Amino acid sequence: MNNFSIKIKDPVLSIRNLSVSYDKGKYAVDNVTADIKRNSVTAIMGPSGCGKSTLLRAINRMHELYENIETKGDIILNGNDISDMPTIKLRRMAGMVFQHPNPFPTMSIYDNVIAGYKLNGIRLKKKLRDEIVERSLTDVTLWDEVKDTLYKKGSFLSGGQQQRLCIARALAFNPEVILLDEPTSALDPVATSKIEDLLVKLKENYSILMVTHNMSQAARISDYSMFMYLGELVEYGKTKDMFTKPKDRRTEEYLTGKFG
Amino acid sequence: MNSDKITKAVLLFSSLIILFVAGGILFSLVQGAIPAFKNFGLKFIFSNNWNPTEGKENYGALPFIAGTIITSVVALLISLPLSFSASLFLGEYFRGTKMAKVLGMMVDLLAGIPSIVYGLWGFYILRPVLIDLGLPNQGFGIFTASIILAIMIIPYATSLSTEIITMVPNELKEAAYSLGATKLEVITNVIVPTARSGIVAGYILSFGRALGETMAITMLIGNSNVIPNGLFSTGNTMASVIANQFGEAEGLKLSALIAVGLLLFLITGIINALGKFIIKKMA
Amino acid sequence: MSTIANKILTDNLKTRTLKNKAFKSLVVALSVITILPIILIIYKLIAKGIKQISFDFILKTPPDTFEAMTALTNGETIPGGIANGITGTLLMVILASVIAIPVGVVTGIYLYENPGKFLANLIRNVSDILQGVPSIVLGLIAYMWIVKPVTNGFSALAGSVSLSIMMLPMIVRSTEETLKMIPQTIKEAALALGVPYYKVIIRVLIPTSFSGLLTGILLGISRVLGETAPLMLTALGSTIINFNVSKPTSAIPLLIWEFYNDPNMVDLIWSSSLLLMAMVLTLNIMSKRIAARTK
Repeated sequence: MNNFSIKIKDPVLSIRNLSVSYDKGKYAVDNVTADIKRNSVTAIMGPSGCGKSTLLRAINRMHELYENIETKGDIILNGNDISDMPTIKLRRMAGMVFQHPNPFPTMSIYDNVIAGYKLNGIRLKKKLRDEIVERSLTDVTLWDEVKDTLYKKGSFLSGGQQQRLCIARALAFNPEVILLDEPTSALDPVATSKIEDLLVKLKENYSILMVTHNMSQAARISDYSMFMYLGELVEYGKTKDMFTKPKDRRTEEYLTGKFG
Repeated sequence: MNSDKITKAVLLFSSLIILFVAGGILFSLVQGAIPAFKNFGLKFIFSNNWNPTEGKENYGALPFIAGTIITSVVALLISLPLSFSASLFLGEYFRGTKMAKVLGMMVDLLAGIPSIVYGLWGFYILRPVLIDLGLPNQGFGIFTASIILAIMIIPYATSLSTEIITMVPNELKEAAYSLGATKLEVITNVIVPTARSGIVAGYILSFGRALGETMAITMLIGNSNVIPNGLFSTGNTMASVIANQFGEAEGLKLSALIAVGLLLFLITGIINALGKFIIKKMA
Repeated sequence: MSTIANKILTDNLKTRTLKNKAFKSLVVALSVITILPIILIIYKLIAKGIKQISFDFILKTPPDTFEAMTALTNGETIPGGIANGITGTLLMVILASVIAIPVGVVTGIYLYENPGKFLANLIRNVSDILQGVPSIVLGLIAYMWIVKPVTNGFSALAGSVSLSIMMLPMIVRSTEETLKMIPQTIKEAALALGVPYYKVIIRVLIPTSFSGLLTGILLGISRVLGETAPLMLTALGSTIINFNVSKPTSAIPLLIWEFYNDPNMVDLIWSSSLLLMAMVLTLNIMSKRIAARTK
């Protein structure tokens, strides 16, 4: 356990003693314990290679797609231990958005939004489908931009639009937590700020956990921040506390640009 | 400076050789086929009567065109589930594992076996089994030839589809998994649609290869000059009839066989060009 | 909305998981079936062929059908070997390589040096189409080009020409692909020193890409080594060891074909096939080793 951590009441997500290793004995995530606050934005920061993405991907058990990745510890999502759930179900409850926008190139914009339902073999009435598509696209402020081209492939969209489409795809399932893995690192500043505004708005209805390599982004939009270093959770607290009065020397050095 | 010009000229002229060879092949085949086409006109392609008996000579290549297409299509259908499974094994399920390495090596070995050895194996091992299963004509025929042909094209279809399947971006697969899809659903909804045109091109190229296979077919198809009337009927392909009847061929018959060769050249050329075109469009 | 999805999801969870597992099993099962033939074929060749393999088998020519029949009725192994086939195969493959390698490598260099040019694209496409031409058609061509007008009869030269046309596109392709992997800076460094262009090719390009070229050449050879159909139309076959390129010549695959057609010789089929397979596979493995080592 680390020393600089805060208590959160009724967390959406509880991470307990989580360790992940790619090579036996070498931990990319080392004994991390943290609770994630409901309806807020929590940012995970740290220099590259610190294990922040690895931590995020442990939450929807993406590591199980690959051999030789070992995960120890518990993660509780809304009171359910994720290791007791089928991955199929868990991944629906924990929506994920990736570093590079990755809409399915073979599907139309419409189909991309309801891709989760399609992939899971869930047949919905057309009316309900239309409703989900409109709601999700409206949520990501994309509806007005694409409502006339819903049945075209999404490849003509800009990078920022594609990323918002990917967020809509994750929202369509009404997930209990949204995991974002450096969602703006491939985007230009204008598209980035649009996504940031969007995330702040989305926290009314969703709980958001976001990995970012960008300190100022964390400062701008997150309510809580974690700082990870070499697999270890060094410091975790309210963002404004951490940015004004970091408790750990390493956090301070990172925030002041001494390394990163 | 001068020597550079000479070098460039040498490179250029040597490269033109391949164009002359290809052009020469087309020219010689056309020239050799002229007597046959002069005698029979378009009936050479559409007539089903191939009769080399002196005095009653008549040459119509339809039985062989039909035989070639039928055996190749059946072979493709047989090889499809096998090579597709193998490419999923290699490119998705066990990608990068030792098992995949071994399987991949074995599949590659299939490509190294000479056609005549496939023929022998079909003749001595496969045929008796098929006879036991009740196949007519001593086990010779379209079906037997197609099975062997299917095995022969497996490595080509497999290696191309594996390559294309491996090229499907990991990001897309992860996106689908993150939405709760099973591996099967990722394969049917993401991998296959994304890789589709490449996989199709791979099968087209394998089909092109099947069209021209000679020795194994010659040993198993039963060599009759009629249009096959079923899967178990005997027949001949364009390649096998050339191999079979070339030995005694002179005059009009030789020209007819060369004309068959010309047709085979054109058909395989078109099929291969189509496959390569699709692949180039993808890249 | 979420609850609807949730309910359906739990309902079909079992079937989906089951389907997923069933499909994986199917893929594994079919993949195993895919490699079954190679195991069966190699097993058969070794089981039936190994007992015939001896020094005589490599050094002697085949028996005539009467000798073979006598041996068969006495329950002895068939005497003689396939020396004429081995020498014929070597003769024709070497000759074909001598024709195809220089032309192929130079064409590959041309394609590498002129990317995007109309003529280069044309040559590349024609080479691709040439690679797809069935070998039997190349047999017809060599018959028309060499057997009739040049050697006035079936000949090793005609056989070599048909094989060389088969090899040519493979060598062109592998040469170009290998050269493309050389860093541009190496070439530029040489040219910057004022070295003439042909010296850059001979001293820099070819040596740097040598193992890649060798891989392509070995694969090309292994492709044509087992070819039977074009040789039936060109080299025909011969009962004696022949090194005269204008005379009919045997080859291992041609001998297999002859043994196959002679009921008394059937025993020799397997040993000859085994030897042929061993040669092809050795070349294959060698080329892969070289390719792996350079990567």
